Amino acid sequence: MSANLLALFYLISGILFILALRGLSSPETSRRGNYFGIAGMAISIIVTFLAAGNFGTGFIYVLIMLVVGGSIGAFIAFKIPMTAMPELVAGFHSLVGLAAVFVAISAFLNPEAFNLGVVGKIKLASLIEMSLGAAIGAITFSGSIIAFLKLRGIMSGAPITFKGQHLINLILGLAIILLIFYLCKSQLSSVFWSVVLISFLVGVLLIIPIGGADMPVVISMLNSYSGWAAAGIGFTLENTALIITGALVGSSGAILSYIMCKGMNRSFFNVILGGWGATDQATNSTTQEQKPVKNGNADDAAFLMKNASSVIIVPGYGMAVAQAQHALREMVDALKKNGVKVSYAIHPVAGRMPGHMNVLLAEANVPYDEVFELEEINNDFANCDVAYVIGANDVTNPVAKSDPQSPIYGMPVLDVEKSKSVLFVKRSLSPGYAGIDNDLFYRDNTLMLFADAKKMTEEIVKSL
Amino acid sequence: MEIDPFIFRLSIFILSIFVGYYVVWSVTPSLHTPLMSVTNAISSVIIVGAIIAALAGASENIFETSSIFGFLAIILAAVNIFGGFLVTQRMLQMYKKKKK
Repeated sequence: MSANLLALFYLISGILFILALRGLSSPETSRRGNYFGIAGMAISIIVTFLAAGNFGTGFIYVLIMLVVGGSIGAFIAFKIPMTAMPELVAGFHSLVGLAAVFVAISAFLNPEAFNLGVVGKIKLASLIEMSLGAAIGAITFSGSIIAFLKLRGIMSGAPITFKGQHLINLILGLAIILLIFYLCKSQLSSVFWSVVLISFLVGVLLIIPIGGADMPVVISMLNSYSGWAAAGIGFTLENTALIITGALVGSSGAILSYIMCKGMNRSFFNVILGGWGATDQATNSTTQEQKPVKNGNADDAAFLMKNASSVIIVPGYGMAVAQAQHALREMVDALKKNGVKVSYAIHPVAGRMPGHMNVLLAEANVPYDEVFELEEINNDFANCDVAYVIGANDVTNPVAKSDPQSPIYGMPVLDVEKSKSVLFVKRSLSPGYAGIDNDLFYRDNTLMLFADAKKMTEEIVKSL
Repeated sequence: MEIDPFIFRLSIFILSIFVGYYVVWSVTPSLHTPLMSVTNAISSVIIVGAIIAALAGASENIFETSSIFGFLAIILAAVNIFGGFLVTQRMLQMYKKKKK
């Protein structure tokens, strides 16, 4: 196969990948979009085989590796529970990062195979591209591993901070750049390996200071990095499909990070520099005074909701932890039978990754046209009888609108306090991730339901 | 004067960033999780580099260091390709409209 024909096929793959993302503009077209993506991938792989034209023993081994990897991937895809999606995505990012590192290493060790020159005399541009690809890939790998461990709960979600942290990161970042310059002059393999090793270290140091609830930003950011790493390798291999995909994924992750940061009204650097919440929590627990709260049970909640004409449900990370989405759906079904209008309100940063709540509700068979984003539904709280807050906290805190001193001031919040009554399912009065007290707990129209989200919802179903 | 092919690749890259920017903004927020899993799957097209690396060795010596890294990268990318597309499909299958 000629190089030109090959390049055209890679271009087709690239276009199919664009169509795959385009399909996600609505749930109806999304499944077709996914098929476009699969087709693009199949074309890329097949034409690469044809171009290599080497169907000897090596080819058999490649097929075996494909089958081994593919079966592991398929097994994970079918087994994984939907609540574990954030850590799955983090885990997958780490694989892309490591694959980028490995490809860069083999390009460095055997540049002839990629037409990049010979060992010790690799083309300057290729050397820069592959070392950048390897560095970003390595950061993506180790960073995603830390994110995975935090999301999985193997590592504490609390931020790990120490003195001079940012200075160390800065020095290491500069060291990577200087080493790449030195690599271009010397072509020494030891310098290349140092770049890779330092990048692994940077990935770890970059993610440990970021707390659990900031994971939506971290995952999006790592998504973006994996794209830039792929693009770097794409330049090295002079492969259009890889360059297009890298750019798509890179910008996709960047946009998601932006949306997540906006959802918290924090700058990207504020999130990345980390350490939020840890300090506030300490000061708040001492100043917290005892204020009266209204305490209710499942029967009260059932009575209130049964006699309401409209109910808005506000799910949060606590719903995912308690796996309460199915019980919630049953409760909504029972309410609908009583003629109550029910809708769901999703805050952009609810959960541990973008769109986390939507997937869980979809899993519980909640139709997606009953689920609304913050801007779409926020005005409806004023006309709604009951807001049922399940596992959410900071995203409902009215203090974000009223108190300029509060760390979450300016963050867009759901106006649940405007509804006639608020039912708050929570295990205790403890503050949320931001470490601040939620004023909503003490309002006259708030009824606190102290229990596990799933148990409480199931009990409400029973008394309905 | 001849234009360096690098400039062409750079043009493709920058134009793709713009395409990505507009396409991703049009993605509905409720599908942001599938967006992440599918972008993850397509970025595994890096497997083409891994295949070239793995097949580069002469047939009498397929397990040079550089091809071993290629083989390892194929496994990693394959996990991602199959895992990514299948889990996306599984998620998208769950999004249903209200029955009327």
